[in-house]
Amino acid sequence: MQKRLSIVLIDPDEHRAGPIVEGLKEAGEYDVHVILEMTDLASKVTAFRPDIVLIDLASPSRDVLEELALASGPLDRPVAMFVDHSDEQLTRAAIEAGVSAYVVDGVRADRVKPILDAAIARFHMFQRMRAELAATKAALEERKVIDRAKAILMRARGIEEEQAYALLRKTAMDQGRRVGDIAQQIVMAAGLLI
Amino acid sequence: MSMEIIRFGYVPLTDAAPAIIAHELGFAAEEGLELDLMRIGAWAQSRDLLGAGLIDAAHMLVPLPVAQAVGLGPVLPPMDLVMFLSQGGQAVAVNQDIAARLRAEGHGFNFNNARAAGQALRRVVRGPLRVGVPFRFSTQAEIVFHWLEASGFGEEVRVVTIPPPMMADAIDAGEVDAFCVGEPWPSFAVERGAATLLLTGRAIWMSPPEKGLVLRRDFTAARPDTTGRLMRAMWRAGRWLDDPANRGTAADILCRPHYLDLPPELAERGLRGRLMISSAGETRQCDDFIAFHRDAATFPWKSLAALFAARMIRNHGLDPAPASQAAMDCFRTDLYREHLRPAGAGLPGASLRVEGAIDIPRLVAAESGQMILRPDAFFDGRLFEPPSAT
Repeated sequence: MQKRLSIVLIDPDEHRAGPIVEGLKEAGEYDVHVILEMTDLASKVTAFRPDIVLIDLASPSRDVLEELALASGPLDRPVAMFVDHSDEQLTRAAIEAGVSAYVVDGVRADRVKPILDAAIARFHMFQRMRAELAATKAALEERKVIDRAKAILMRARGIEEEQAYALLRKTAMDQGRRVGDIAQQIVMAAGLLI
Repeated sequence: MSMEIIRFGYVPLTDAAPAIIAHELGFAAEEGLELDLMRIGAWAQSRDLLGAGLIDAAHMLVPLPVAQAVGLGPVLPPMDLVMFLSQGGQAVAVNQDIAARLRAEGHGFNFNNARAAGQALRRVVRGPLRVGVPFRFSTQAEIVFHWLEASGFGEEVRVVTIPPPMMADAIDAGEVDAFCVGEPWPSFAVERGAATLLLTGRAIWMSPPEKGLVLRRDFTAARPDTTGRLMRAMWRAGRWLDDPANRGTAADILCRPHYLDLPPELAERGLRGRLMISSAGETRQCDDFIAFHRDAATFPWKSLAALFAARMIRNHGLDPAPASQAAMDCFRTDLYREHLRPAGAGLPGASLRVEGAIDIPRLVAAESGQMILRPDAFFDGRLFEPPSAT
């Protein structure tokens, strides 16, 4: 029987680390360790003697792992960067998803692939969630600006809320712009005039 | 006119200035380029994004493409360094305990004598010395290795990688005893009271090439016109930056929240070469602390690629001849000549030379007329002969 692979995930963001660990556990039987705190990273990673290390591609701490990957003292196990060198597509998919993997020499490519696939999928999912959250925030912001613009129009022209919104929408359509943009201009202009 | 967009990766450091200035002051636009500047957190990320084609160009540590060329990185498409973007800008710092022992020993922290500083350090450091550098393959690592070896240090030195923004914390927490990193991080550590600055990089090596413009080889071949325009934009931004009158403005622009996001006063120290070396407020004036243009600062000598490769060959047991050749092949003096000749850049007669042989600015024959070369001597008189110059 093959020894279980040991995976270290380095991620200071608990909200992301959790789902990634789940994804890895669904993909197979692995020992997964999470490192949340970046100080003294090299010795923490070495202590786990991992077969594979996963880390956010953009994490400044990656440069620390690059050094570990190059260490080749008699007691260190050589680490190859990324996956099996022949699999350029998987490498590219990982870079695009924003995950980088460090794999100890001698771990077979077919054992690495399901782990990478799971990590890539979770990283993508997390990116999407983050993009959605940002979009929701922006929408809420815009909602507030539109409400303020309506209030300004209602006061300035003595009209009802519904008419104020109709006026905003008509202006936006006439100018080929978004309601939010017109509202923003009204709020800004009112700030200057009043 | 519609602008051609270049996705440009930079790591937020003072020496990212040529890219940021080219974008902000219109040097890129003059060449019909719009720089889509992307802030990058790690050198490995910059290399990977460039390799995967997710960025078109990168502000990168000079030895990093050399490491790729000699096979010490992941398998990615070949990348070339087409010009240097900066020289110098590094400082060596020690922790407060070592600083106190150096002072007790009578060391004056004059900040420019690498021999005296190395000897003093040798006397006060007993046992291991851990030194932080930003990346395994960096000019900082070359400077530190060379200086410590030449000062009589040996096995007890451990060079460790620490991301620059964490350097002050690392020395404060005792993870390292000393470090060598580019501005503004040495000044940041002094400001935090975590370290005292001992030397500039230039005190060890008068012309340490620090960052380069790195592109994929297939990009330079498929888009020669764009490559040339990008190089000229960087070169003119560097010329603007080397006017001392512009350095203050440069600091203000660099420190904006979406770039370095630091107080401009901090970046200004490096840019003006007026460094505060200790939290007691002692300052040192270092002329030419960082250069972006002057005296052929941007010319990517192939012999420098061989110099950086030499240590990689030694440390990693590589086959010397093919490794040096691959290293020299990725410094594209041919593209430099082709694309910067029209802008009026001084072009040296040769692309290889003995490194470390010039100790004062020297007038030499150029492709046309004459030009001045920067001094590039090492503090201990080291000379490096590239393989094919012998």
